[in-house]
Amino acid sequence: MSVSSRELWTVLHGLIFGSLFLLAFAGGLAGLYSLRPEWVTVAGIRERLRRLLAGTWLMAVLAWITVLSGTYIVYPWYRAKAPDSPRSLLLANPATKLWHNFGMEWKEHVGWFAPILATAVAFTVLYYGPQLAREPRVRRALVWLFAFAFAAAGIAGVFGAFLNKVAPIR
Amino acid sequence: MAAQMQTSKPTGPGAAAVLAAGTGTFTIGLMASLAGASAGLNNALNWYGPTGPLSGKTGVGVVAWLLAWIILHAAWKSKNVNFGRAFNWALALVILGFLLTFPPVFGLFARE
Repeated sequence: MSVSSRELWTVLHGLIFGSLFLLAFAGGLAGLYSLRPEWVTVAGIRERLRRLLAGTWLMAVLAWITVLSGTYIVYPWYRAKAPDSPRSLLLANPATKLWHNFGMEWKEHVGWFAPILATAVAFTVLYYGPQLAREPRVRRALVWLFAFAFAAAGIAGVFGAFLNKVAPIR
Repeated sequence: MAAQMQTSKPTGPGAAAVLAAGTGTFTIGLMASLAGASAGLNNALNWYGPTGPLSGKTGVGVVAWLLAWIILHAAWKSKNVNFGRAFNWALALVILGFLLTFPPVFGLFARE
């Protein structure tokens, strides 16, 4: 039952940091959607806001850790020049090269959208504070940005899982 | 009643954060497409050898995001700007950014 350091980093990047971000999305979305003065008391807004602030900042930090570990730790192993690197193996076979040319090419760029958008959401929640409950237009905008962050992380996560299945990093 | 009596914060800083995020994501998409079209730019974006041009493409995007945020925040920090308009621009930039990172789209710009 041994795990190489490369396998461990791949698991940390995708299965731990990335998955936690995706899992936390539903909570953040529900928090933003339900922060309404007609649904919650003043005390309830303060309590929900504390959770929303902690949740959105945690998501932003997780998204940054995920893209930085992916880009600067895991990706160099994937794209190594060696003939047995995952990228070399995928491109050597016409049946698998689309995994690189489509899946990896999209994942490696779009994944970076998640931390930028999540940070903008976390900052805006922090800036507005309790006033956010009285700003439906701002809440709607943040829900959209949050959804795009989730979509970006989801695309990166799904392709990451498949790529690691087709050509694992060892 | 108590909520109505509270003073409202200006919309500028929130709008600046949202629009800057759109700028950063669009820039990453633009860099992905331009690097595919130009070998010279692709080489120039190779900021960190093991990661290759991805380091520069995303690095430029992050720098553009932070610069846009700093500039817009400084310009709008005490102003009430049209948040809806800033968000619409941000949404358009994010969608364009998504399109420009989509391989069939940036493949249109790729050198043969």
